[in-house]
Amino acid sequence: MAASRLIDRRMGIFLAGLFVLTVAVPVGNLWIAGQPVPTYLVALIGKYLCYALLAVALDLVWGYCGILSLGHGAFFALGGYAMGMYLMREIGARGVYANPVLPDFMVFIGWKHLPWYWLGFDHFWLAAIMVVAVPGALAFVFGWFAFRSRVTGVYLSIITQAMTYALMLAFFRNEMGFGGNNGLTDFKDILGFDLASHETKVGLMMLSAVALAAGLLLARWITTSRLGKVLVCLRDAESRTRFLGYRVEHYKLFIFTVSAMMAGVAGALYVPQVGIINPSEFSTANSIEIVIWVALGGRGTLVGAALGAILVAGAKTLLTGWFPELWLFALGALFVLVTIALPNGVLGALEGGIGRLRRGTPTREAEA
Amino acid sequence: MTFVLRIVVVLLTLAGAQHAGAADFAKLVNALPHGSYHERADVVREIGKTGNPRAVEVLQALANDDLKVMADGTVVIVDDKTGAAVGAVEGASLGTPSADSLTRVRVNNMVRRAIRTATGMLTLRSPDPAKRLAAARDALRSASPDQIEALDAAIGAETDAGVKALLTEARAAAVLKTDAATTEKVAAIRLLEARGDEAARAALSPLATAKDPEIARAVTSALASIAETQRMWRLAQNVWYGLSLGSVLMLAAVGLAITFGVMGVINMAHGELVMLGAYTTFVVQQVIRADAPWLFGWSLAIAAPLAFVVAGAVGIAIERGIVRHLYGRPLETLLATWGVSLILQQAVRTIFGPDNRDVGNPGWMSGAFPLGQMQVTWNRLWILIFAFAVFAALLFVLKRTPIGLQMRAVTQNRAMAANMGIRTGRVDALTFGLGSAIAGLAGVALSQIDNVSPNLGQNYIVDSFMVVVFGGAGNIWGTMAGGFALGIANKFLEPFTGAVLGKIVILVGIILFIQKRPRGLFAVKGRAVEA
Amino acid sequence: MSQQPHMIGGLPPEAQPQLYLDGVSRAFDGFKAINNLSLVIERGELRAVIGPNGAGKTTMMDIITGKTRPDTGQVLWEQSVDLTMLDEADTAQLGIGRKFQKPTVFENHTVEDNLALALKGDRSPFAALFYRAAAKEAARIDELLGIIRLGDLRRRIAGSLSHGQKQWLEIGMLLAQDPQLLLVDEPAAGMTDAETMLTADLLKSIAGARSVIVVEHDMDFVRALDCKVTVLHQGSVLAEGRLDAVSAMPEVIEVYLGR
Repeated sequence: MAASRLIDRRMGIFLAGLFVLTVAVPVGNLWIAGQPVPTYLVALIGKYLCYALLAVALDLVWGYCGILSLGHGAFFALGGYAMGMYLMREIGARGVYANPVLPDFMVFIGWKHLPWYWLGFDHFWLAAIMVVAVPGALAFVFGWFAFRSRVTGVYLSIITQAMTYALMLAFFRNEMGFGGNNGLTDFKDILGFDLASHETKVGLMMLSAVALAAGLLLARWITTSRLGKVLVCLRDAESRTRFLGYRVEHYKLFIFTVSAMMAGVAGALYVPQVGIINPSEFSTANSIEIVIWVALGGRGTLVGAALGAILVAGAKTLLTGWFPELWLFALGALFVLVTIALPNGVLGALEGGIGRLRRGTPTREAEA
Repeated sequence: MTFVLRIVVVLLTLAGAQHAGAADFAKLVNALPHGSYHERADVVREIGKTGNPRAVEVLQALANDDLKVMADGTVVIVDDKTGAAVGAVEGASLGTPSADSLTRVRVNNMVRRAIRTATGMLTLRSPDPAKRLAAARDALRSASPDQIEALDAAIGAETDAGVKALLTEARAAAVLKTDAATTEKVAAIRLLEARGDEAARAALSPLATAKDPEIARAVTSALASIAETQRMWRLAQNVWYGLSLGSVLMLAAVGLAITFGVMGVINMAHGELVMLGAYTTFVVQQVIRADAPWLFGWSLAIAAPLAFVVAGAVGIAIERGIVRHLYGRPLETLLATWGVSLILQQAVRTIFGPDNRDVGNPGWMSGAFPLGQMQVTWNRLWILIFAFAVFAALLFVLKRTPIGLQMRAVTQNRAMAANMGIRTGRVDALTFGLGSAIAGLAGVALSQIDNVSPNLGQNYIVDSFMVVVFGGAGNIWGTMAGGFALGIANKFLEPFTGAVLGKIVILVGIILFIQKRPRGLFAVKGRAVEA
Repeated sequence: MSQQPHMIGGLPPEAQPQLYLDGVSRAFDGFKAINNLSLVIERGELRAVIGPNGAGKTTMMDIITGKTRPDTGQVLWEQSVDLTMLDEADTAQLGIGRKFQKPTVFENHTVEDNLALALKGDRSPFAALFYRAAAKEAARIDELLGIIRLGDLRRRIAGSLSHGQKQWLEIGMLLAQDPQLLLVDEPAAGMTDAETMLTADLLKSIAGARSVIVVEHDMDFVRALDCKVTVLHQGSVLAEGRLDAVSAMPEVIEVYLGR
């Protein structure tokens, strides 16, 4: 029962593919002579997997609850900053200024003491808690206000966008104590493992794959529970759900917070793999790009969101490499095409087509 | 030597410097190389009082280290590039003496200050009233007792009322530094109190601790009154900055108020339509610069209708091509128009390059004029006027024209409007086109104060949505109120928080505000029940 | 408009009204949707509310269910709970069920799930997250499917039902909530004559154990309900009594037939 509830056909196929990837990539990178999988590709795949987890997080709120968050990049970035703070402290006296406590950028702007909110980030466990606690707390407070006063639809989207924009402006300020423009970078190691080594990169990539699988299963568990059904209810008929006695705002708050935490984890895994976190991660454009991953893959399908993220991010890497000036045209066209021609995403269109051929009856996900 | 010099100076002073003839000027100039810096400064002041036409040139040469002494003791002005020397006293050319034969007349900061004051005194008699005004302002700023005579002379000769008033105030400031009678000083204090600006405050504040209780009292009350006046002007300045920012926000948002507010369509490409308007201005100016430079003053007047048409046409294309298929699906519309915005940005980047393009201000848009204690820049003022004009025109179109009536009809009841024979599709396209065209007009205005780059639109999109959401969708009066409220709030926060933090505070404020009034300041309330 | 043609002031002391509205007003932008409305529903009573469009029927139900707050007036539930302080979820959990005029069911869920989600029970998110179906609830769902005669369609997606079937499903959801008071907005709309009569019988059978307020336009349906009728006009009660008596009143005729 539990297994079949969590792992349907598409989830099974995806997880199997993910498993093959997590085995094949390390083998190809570390153990086969001639290194058929170069290390840069390992880091790249790891990055895509983080994006996929982020997309799953957004799909939870958008696909199942109808909340189009244009600020999920903020939760991702906050998780990333929490991890970045740990990695900064981990550098210790190996920085340019060789200050055992203060990160280089603080020495540079003339700070003498570590600000209080940096205390304890030399402990990995505290950083790990903050990775979920900070995005979760922000989502909780933001959601508490927004959902209680019934801000919905595009208004909600616009204020989530304002939220991430405000955070971007804040993090650009040097006085915030997060490295301003440059953000946090020059990391050396994580828990004693050298970040530049092949093994660490492979390890982080495998960890990202595990996190993605766990995130997918958690999301699947939530959406197939009764709570998931209530979410779909309030997505489709919010008022009706209230009149049945469900506190719509509590449900929204729950899923929004869970989703933000998941995004935070994605950000935390992302930062050591790309080696930098800066305020541009908060930009509104980034957050909207997440939405197109989900829309392309198919909202309300979880696996589709993950696939969409990998597809778009992969296409971005290839296109910006070959024809940099074409990328934004392609991305823009993708937004237009997906919303007009593929309202259910690639997965929805694919399965909808197969479903109609097989049964001739509407499927559960047909209208999302 | 020093003693002799002093006597010369004292004698000349007694003789009355304003009557000092050419001979005195020559004597003074020849005295310049000698004595201490202190004495040199005294001589400079005396030269200032001569009013000799060559005095300014000599003093400036002294300040620039170009005043030299030849081996025979003649004081000359040497051009530091060509090395050509002219006699300091009469200006006759003296050839190009070798550098070795020249001794520089040295100056220090004290002498430089004296030079500044003296040249100021000299320009008080310049035939150009603007120069006299500037000199009078300098005199007020660096008032000293020895200016009084020169100022009296200038006041007597002055014909321009504004300059005269300023000179009188400068004289009052100078009087305060003498040991004039209390009544005279109190009158001077009153005069400066009425002026009420920073210069008056600077002139008065040293006297706040004066020994004479009457003067101290007068100064204290005058300083309080000046502080009040200054506070009012600072307030006015902030209001003006706020209005100016508000007009920009309103311009950027009012088109959005049509597409979002009236049609319920989220157009994320709105900022890019603004950008297109700015680039249209750039192209118009390029053509004018190349082919018809005499038209430059008209470039904005030519660009505005073109930007209106360009942005409007692109808007109509967006509506017919994309938005039309997505009515009733606002979130999808948001995403699709975001895609359009990426394409437009990249298109402009490909055509015009990623860098800022130079859009010039025509003459009537550049510069500033003083208004009391504040400076008003012409471009900001014109943009404010332009914003109101656009708003008024829009209001007229919506409320007084057949197409406006049809637009309102379609928004209120699409099915009914269609039944009455209104071609709703055409009205949709026109409404969207109108909102977009206004974005183009906003772009023309923004090109005058902001960098014209492919990212121009991105910088305004969050702000404009905030304005519309804050003001209340569906109400263009709300957009105006929202624009100005946010503009003024921003400028009032800035002194306390700095620009960036102020903006963050505003954003957070709006996020909280929407919680309280989810439909904005001027929400259209209805009793319609959504099931 | 200020006359109060009924018995609020002289409420008999032994009366235990389920719902008590007194002097309730609510304006929207100056338009008085509800104007000094007073209404008493006895426990177990079946009441029909009629009135022309804009009489304030929907706003009245919004106020009772906590969707809209009245500007003035008192709304009491079982003489103790102030409904004006509650919202929709509170009133629903208190035992007030509402059926909309336009049938609103959860189109992406099966018929069965629609009923299961409506079943009385803990509504908190965490309860829902760890929820496991119990045998008792399955039995109740079977029973409800029998009442609304959708047993064969239990695994169908609700979005694919016909209009009438959706009406029945929504009534079933209302029953699943096990409410003390049912607010039913035009249940007969879109039903065949036979279905209309079945609905009337169903509502009559529900009343007694629960209170029911039916808002309806269809006079045949109201007649079939055979109960006390309240006529609303411009936000106030115009008349109250048996249908025959009410429909004979000149002021009611005037309102319905125009000036």
